[in-house]
Amino acid sequence: MFGERMLKETALVDLHRELGAKLVDFGGWLMPLHYGSQMEEHHRVRQGAGWFDVSHMTVLDVHGADAKRYLQFLLANDVAKLTQPGKALYSGMLNERAGVIDDLIVYLCDFGYRVVVNCATREKDLAWMQKQAANFEVSLIERDELAMLAVQGPKARALVGQLLPVPDLGVFVGADVKYKTSNVFVARTGYTGEDGYEVILPASEAVAFVQQLGEVGVAPCGLGARDTLRLEAGMNLYGHEMDEAISPLEANMSWTLDWSDSGRDFIGKKALLQQKADGVKNKLVGLLIKGKGVLRAGQEVRMSGSEASGLITSGSFSPTLSTSIALARVPVEFNGECQVIIRNKEVAVDIVKPCFVRNGANIVKAI
Amino acid sequence: MSELRDELKYLPSHEWARVESDGTVTVGITDHAQEALGDVVFVELPELGSEVTANTEAGVVESVKAASDIYSPVSGEVIAVNEQLEEAPETVNSSPYDDGWFFKVKPSEIGELDNALDAEAYKASVE
Repeated sequence: MFGERMLKETALVDLHRELGAKLVDFGGWLMPLHYGSQMEEHHRVRQGAGWFDVSHMTVLDVHGADAKRYLQFLLANDVAKLTQPGKALYSGMLNERAGVIDDLIVYLCDFGYRVVVNCATREKDLAWMQKQAANFEVSLIERDELAMLAVQGPKARALVGQLLPVPDLGVFVGADVKYKTSNVFVARTGYTGEDGYEVILPASEAVAFVQQLGEVGVAPCGLGARDTLRLEAGMNLYGHEMDEAISPLEANMSWTLDWSDSGRDFIGKKALLQQKADGVKNKLVGLLIKGKGVLRAGQEVRMSGSEASGLITSGSFSPTLSTSIALARVPVEFNGECQVIIRNKEVAVDIVKPCFVRNGANIVKAI
Repeated sequence: MSELRDELKYLPSHEWARVESDGTVTVGITDHAQEALGDVVFVELPELGSEVTANTEAGVVESVKAASDIYSPVSGEVIAVNEQLEEAPETVNSSPYDDGWFFKVKPSEIGELDNALDAEAYKASVE
């Protein structure tokens, strides 16, 4: 319609409608928020299995003789770690100031590497990656003819195994398998804190595959549940826990910075070393509410005895813990009990490790 | 289409008001509002005995997604609050017009409700 933003649609959009999805604008894509109840979908993934359409994410294949050298320079984590085909690596892609341009997953493939980046950052990621590619013999090929699904939950692997001949995969490892006559890439990765797979397949096969998932008992889940699941799992969301102004050192991403090869230069390395030398001022922590209310992104965090304040980066009600949780960037000296300002009232919270639920279980721990 | 009840008065901000036989006014949020909010996880009610003012905020309802203010359709004293919502906020989703009521007011100026919408006008406002 005139005046309305044209939203991109995935191969599954008609099926989402048939399944009763509430469709919303999600980073320029028309995506399902939920299919009736976000809470029920959340519990389904913690207790059984659910599938998510994540075809809005951008899949890029990196080919060429310099593919490895290029990614070693482009990413803060080191793709040299990927020695087994199908193995996956999580990394930040940093700018010169060590701000995070995006976070991504890179897989080692027989043709080179496959990179999956966020949808909201697609244009700037592509521009940055093309710019950095100028000095390398590489080609970047966007695979927008592919669809991507996440099938997550304790029963997910067994149920997908009824439809696809998936070999026994280690955590964070993928493999090519056949679905009918098509090649499908299945990896034991996800964004929920549960076991499961992410499946990259031709968009033309997506409807048939998802209908079969439904027949074996995997329920559709929307991006609303995906967000509460990843928050409980303590996983970062780009634009919330980190962005171009936030260092990985302040976003609980130090583990993704690979320093082992001292001869390796990567974008942002110099700035990171400087930040370490200067001392990092903030840390990303978990918050568990003690009083009443719901923690939300943007709320201020205070600690008695300190003039400094922190900020909630993501907050919600946790369906698994039946209480409110949050991720927050706070001064490094914050610990123990703090206060969050909700509608001008102080509400007590405990600072905990930024990970609340794994494999269905409450793993909240004090720092 | 979400459910509407002819005997209720409505605010454009999605609260309903019911005048009881004893002259008190019960307040809640509409079926349309609970549907748009999604799963309700927390309700902040006004204090018992406090004074609320028509068309100003008297409480908050929070779903998994977001927080929304609740406005009182009339001014007066809060004479009852639905304590059940503290333990079971999801009642707002399952029974928005009955068990999911928020609070009751002893109105100081019942004529204020004349400015509220009837079911038909509210329906038009959300379409």
